[in-house]
Amino acid sequence: MYWQAEFECMDRGELELLQLERLQATLNRVTRNVPLYRTRFSDLGLDPYDFQSLEDVRKIPFTTKDDLREHYPYGLFAVPLRDVVRMQGSTSTPGKPGVVGYTVGDIHRWSHLAARILVAGGVTKDDAVQIAFNYGLYTSAFGIHSGAELLGASVIPSSSSDAQRQILIMQDYRSTALTCSPSYALHLADTLDELGINKTALSLRFGLFGSEPWTEEMRQEIEARLGILATDNYGLSEITSVAGECLQRDGLHINEDHFLAEIIDPLTGQVLPVGHKGELVLTTLTKEAFPLIRFRTGDLTTLMDSECACGRTLRRMSRIPGRSDDMLIIRGVNVFPSQINEVIISTGLMDPHYQIVLDRVGQMDRATLCLEAPESFCTDSIKESQRILENVRLRLQTALGVTFEVRLVEPRSIDQQYGGRVLDKRTLI
Amino acid sequence: MKSTLLALKNIDVFYGHIHAVRRVTLHVRQGEIVALIGGNGAGKTTMLCTISGLIRPSQGSILYQDVEITRQSPEAIVRAGLSHVPEGRLVFSPLSVEDNLHLGAYTRPYFRKRSDMLQDVETMYTMFPVLRERRHQYAGTLSGGEQQMLAIARALMARPKLLLLDEPGMGLAPLVVKDIFRHILNLRDELGLTVLLVEQNARSALKVADRGYVLENGRILIQGTAGELLANHDVQRAYLGRELDEN
Repeated sequence: MYWQAEFECMDRGELELLQLERLQATLNRVTRNVPLYRTRFSDLGLDPYDFQSLEDVRKIPFTTKDDLREHYPYGLFAVPLRDVVRMQGSTSTPGKPGVVGYTVGDIHRWSHLAARILVAGGVTKDDAVQIAFNYGLYTSAFGIHSGAELLGASVIPSSSSDAQRQILIMQDYRSTALTCSPSYALHLADTLDELGINKTALSLRFGLFGSEPWTEEMRQEIEARLGILATDNYGLSEITSVAGECLQRDGLHINEDHFLAEIIDPLTGQVLPVGHKGELVLTTLTKEAFPLIRFRTGDLTTLMDSECACGRTLRRMSRIPGRSDDMLIIRGVNVFPSQINEVIISTGLMDPHYQIVLDRVGQMDRATLCLEAPESFCTDSIKESQRILENVRLRLQTALGVTFEVRLVEPRSIDQQYGGRVLDKRTLI
Repeated sequence: MKSTLLALKNIDVFYGHIHAVRRVTLHVRQGEIVALIGGNGAGKTTMLCTISGLIRPSQGSILYQDVEITRQSPEAIVRAGLSHVPEGRLVFSPLSVEDNLHLGAYTRPYFRKRSDMLQDVETMYTMFPVLRERRHQYAGTLSGGEQQMLAIARALMARPKLLLLDEPGMGLAPLVVKDIFRHILNLRDELGLTVLLVEQNARSALKVADRGYVLENGRILIQGTAGELLANHDVQRAYLGRELDEN
């Protein structure tokens, strides 16, 4: 089953021609409308005119998360704000989160891309799709939501409410498809066990999971415990729905008619040939409000160009095993250690020594901040230290959207050499 | 599933020192109506003349049914199945309507087989009844809309697979324009013809087209389905004359 067979199963030669014409139009638009690209091109003596083939895109420097932050909020928009119908936060920028805008056309195309991913994952118009992603500024809930509506499925926007409630909805509304993060799916499975509900009491058939790295073992566990077929998908708020697995479940088909994918060596920036693992770099080919040229996603993957038995000719990328920078994904939220540092300093603690410990309780991530008590601390005043800890905890929660456990530890007890400031004990089992 | 009928890759056209078309890449699929829209001097007509071999591109390639036609003569291109209806109709005014139609079959290798050709003329009369009424009149005495129909019918006499239409609505009253576009839709739906259309009247063009390209200063700035272009604010402001700040 395909959603847009004319594109998903396009002849490769035709697809490359389509990519080229869309790339040229995008470059013409960004040089006209986005000052960053205009100055960057003129500094390098480049003109959109110089791009005759898809490989020519390699002449252009990368767009990085720093660019997004420097041009916060609207510097990279290619249309006037009155043409923008929605804005969302870009999660993967440290510090101030970036802003991404979408025009009516962008939302329309995004919905089609999300519908492709849903259809590839087995969902049809007869399904009831429970969307347990958080509906907020930083989320893929909206993409899947409008895709599922376009497809004609019944959408249940259960958002990220508590697990018991999700299961109640799942049972009563008879949801047949679930979309959420894989760790949340396992958390739901745990809750099922706690409640003593058998998976056969659910109507679930398919699960589409994304927003954090996960393994084949986790997939098998989710499938066994929820009694579903689980597929992986990949997207970014900066780019929209990039790729999704088909039921062959051997890599995620990239929506190449809308995005040009390259794999680079994260250290040298050299483009790597198909089959080599490296950082994924994406160029949007059809986005109007927020086009990005050679955007470094920070995600590590491999491109595969072997034929897929599902009939789609879109190339696949392997599932994301990790990141090329120090970004942490805690319960689906992207966090940079530098952000944590900023928060701690903002509470007035001078030269803080701390360590972030990540582990799992059951299938949920737990984040603990171990803070060395400064010498100046009057440690015998429990009330005072409690107040400081609570302050740090609240500020972290407000700034990052992640709840940390904050603990005071003995001065000089943290060995900064060992594992640096972050100790990630989570193993992807 | 390969269905691209016409593909242009990196086409560059110069008039002397003037760079009229810059690195244009576009494609037209079998059975599609594709509109090329843009303001005066954007390079739309130049594009069509380049495809039909009247102007030579300085660079790039044009593939028609996977065969390179970039350096072929205009006659060979017509024989291959591309007919061009030029801007301003350019019917042969001192000739009768019927003679104009006969001339349209000039390049057909079997044009000596008169019965075949006459049958095609008959088909044209069925499709455009007004031409039958005026068959013996000088073409120059027809109204603008009738001349446009004659120009299209003349192009169809070459039995094309792809019709290149340059400003079919130019200088015509809105109702007549509507009629012409209705005929264009029929050509696709009934004859399975593929159409590449150049039009300043972006709204009527996008109403019948499946996809479109927006050309500005010889570059393609926006491409997409007709629906996407109609909804695009840039296109609305520049070519559809919609004032967004109204009310």
